[in-house]
Amino acid sequence: MSTTTTPDCKVHPGNPVESFLRTDRMPHIWCPGCGIGTTVNCFTRALIDSKQDLNKLAIVSGIGCTGRVAGYVNLDSFHTTHGRAIPFATGLKLASPETTVVVYSGDGDLFAIGGNHLIHAARRNMDIKVICVNNLTYAMTGGQTAPTTPEDVITATAPYGTYDPAFNLPYLVEAAGAVYVARWTTFHVKQLARSMQEMFAKKGFGFIEVVSPCPTLYQRRNKMGDALDTMKFYKEVSKTKHGAPTSEVGLTKSGEIVVGKFVDRERPDFTTHMHEHLQHSLGDKYIPAEGPVCG
Amino acid sequence: MHADPVGVLTGAHFMDGDHAACEGAIAAGARFAAGYPITPSTEVVERFSNRAPRIGATFIQMEDELAASIAILGAVWGGVKAFTVTSGPGFSLMMEHIGYAVMTETPCVFIDVQRGGPSTGLPTLPAQADMMQVKWGSHGDYEIIALCPNSPQECFDLTIQAFNLSEKYRVPVFVMMDEVVGHMTEKVVIPSADKIEVEPRHFTTKDKSSFQLYAPVGEEQTPEMTKVGEGYNVHVTGLTHDERGYPNMTPAVQERMVKRLVTKIRDNAEKICIVEQNQVEGADVVVVSYGITSRVAQRAVEMARAEGLKVGTLRLITAWPFPEHIFRALAPKVKGMVVAELNLGQMVREVSRCAEGKCRVAAVGHAGGTVHNPQDILKAIQEVAR
Amino acid sequence: MARGAVSIVVERCKACGFCVEFCPTKVLALSDAFNSKGYHPPHAVTPDKCSGCDLCGMYCPDFAIHGYRLDKAAKAAETEASDAR
Ligand code: SF4
Ligand code: SF4
Ligand code: SF4
Repeated sequence: MSTTTTPDCKVHPGNPVESFLRTDRMPHIWCPGCGIGTTVNCFTRALIDSKQDLNKLAIVSGIGCTGRVAGYVNLDSFHTTHGRAIPFATGLKLASPETTVVVYSGDGDLFAIGGNHLIHAARRNMDIKVICVNNLTYAMTGGQTAPTTPEDVITATAPYGTYDPAFNLPYLVEAAGAVYVARWTTFHVKQLARSMQEMFAKKGFGFIEVVSPCPTLYQRRNKMGDALDTMKFYKEVSKTKHGAPTSEVGLTKSGEIVVGKFVDRERPDFTTHMHEHLQHSLGDKYIPAEGPVCG
Repeated sequence: MHADPVGVLTGAHFMDGDHAACEGAIAAGARFAAGYPITPSTEVVERFSNRAPRIGATFIQMEDELAASIAILGAVWGGVKAFTVTSGPGFSLMMEHIGYAVMTETPCVFIDVQRGGPSTGLPTLPAQADMMQVKWGSHGDYEIIALCPNSPQECFDLTIQAFNLSEKYRVPVFVMMDEVVGHMTEKVVIPSADKIEVEPRHFTTKDKSSFQLYAPVGEEQTPEMTKVGEGYNVHVTGLTHDERGYPNMTPAVQERMVKRLVTKIRDNAEKICIVEQNQVEGADVVVVSYGITSRVAQRAVEMARAEGLKVGTLRLITAWPFPEHIFRALAPKVKGMVVAELNLGQMVREVSRCAEGKCRVAAVGHAGGTVHNPQDILKAIQEVAR
Repeated sequence: MARGAVSIVVERCKACGFCVEFCPTKVLALSDAFNSKGYHPPHAVTPDKCSGCDLCGMYCPDFAIHGYRLDKAAKAAETEASDAR
């Protein structure tokens, strides 16, 4: 018998995700077929494969369905205010430079209310790793139009379809200065996990967009089927084009989804650059901040 | 614990309140500041940006005040003491993170160099019109601590106090300066580091399995802290949460948690509050003021005393928590109180509430832009004394 | 002889069908049984074909299923991976 069903057991010890979860908080609040949980699987595999010291890793979320990730992972985790995960992460990283700081949040949180912070952190090349679960809508509040919602999609605040143009996230983030930019969908679990691992290894501002189903509010309202239909749709319309010009990867309602690693370039990250600069300007008088100093 | 000598510029200086506040922050152990330029507070972070790389501290100029006010909270959880500085419009933008700091019990200091409002108002001129905003500006029920310096020396001293109180109660503490105090230059004496008392962060020594980030300890009703990287795997959220920090959005947990956020300050108010009283014993009239207005009021009080009136003064060094006990005790003993402030009636509401009708309370308001004419305060004293 | 097996926490399953659809060897199907929330959790219909690749585990948004290899070496590696926590 090769199937073990464990009806009463709350955990299965062999599952790598298990040790990353606050199992006392399971089950999570996400809907059936919501892609966020799938991205968490990829995240945990990436952490294991990259041999991260998990005591030296912190996760910061904003508000929204994806914002709840911080509350479910058994790491130092911060569920901040709406849109402000990135500036919180900036302070955390500067105060504790040896900590790997991951920002895990949604498209609305990061690109609407938090858009200003995102572009500035990318400009600074702050060494933080941003995982953006893009479900193309404001899910937590009931499926309103987001700055990522493609043209002609029905939302709670666009009952006749959207006409408000959407951001092309990789294009925006590349222009702002990120050194690592990739996009995958929740169908691409292996690629996503590998990409996350690659991003963790790279110093500087990294950004991965994960196109993810929100069956409850986005797909259903647009008669695009359930979560599984969406995953099949991703499989069908996705084209891997590493190095594709980000100007050409904008998303539409039912067209091609270009996935892959678009940007992987070198630029000194904020802290390295700051140290070099101050060392140069101040010479012997420079006393670098050396992480936590709090008597 | 004493201050780290690395940051302490021991000696007598001639400096303005903004610079003195910055030195106070450094002496208190602040090693991180995030800011966004805004008049008349910018000199504080300008000085910090100059000092930081020479004392092992970090300064970052953020993209706006929303960012500055949460970057400091990130830094605190990274293990440092941190502060931000602002004025008027910037203070309005920071309200959200005042609530977040209260809710997550993140010790931190905000310096607000008050200018005339509302809106852009009077960028270069004084007011004391954020006194209610600091207490009530973020949504929900909460208590904070706010201190009001009236000289550059006090900008130094009270900024240290602010950090100490923030660590003691895991609460945001506010240094409520005003443009005049911020820009006035006077002698500031910075003691040697071993003469400066500094409250260390109360990092837990409990083991990982038993530590709870929000389990109150002692009469401060304040939990112990930790920082990232210690393996405690803490969860910090602005949602209503239980002692472990886990979201638990039920009326019962809300009642328990929010009540404690409030009572940890209210129950300790008598210990926290500092007021300066002068000739209050036997006075007919007590003039209540704070910040720069206390120095103008002093002139009016001297004039009144010269006329033979029995006038005492009471200066709020702590505005919040409001020193209720002092006002409740004082009200039955005097004819009245005259409350002078650079706003059209803010702290006077608290004075009236605590006087409970047992004495007259007269407000001497001023819309800001300059300080009071002492004659206006004198007139109110004469009126109340009659 | 199966090279792998799956473990399923039926109470966590919300029957999205991801594991069933994306199992490369079509080991799984949603069963007729209900869990206490009324969802039909998957079960292995052709367990012999399971390679233990854990693709099902990577897809499952509810952390309800996990595939693992049955050979000893892989098992040891797996335990090590979870001990690394
Ligand atoms: S509303 Fe949408 S994004 Fe939110 S949990 Fe449900 S499916 Fe996921
Ligand atoms: S992927 Fe998970 S939740 Fe979905 S059917 Fe399979 S076991 Fe159930
Ligand atoms: S472990 Fe692989 S082969 Fe086995 S059921 Fe899961 S996906 Fe199918």
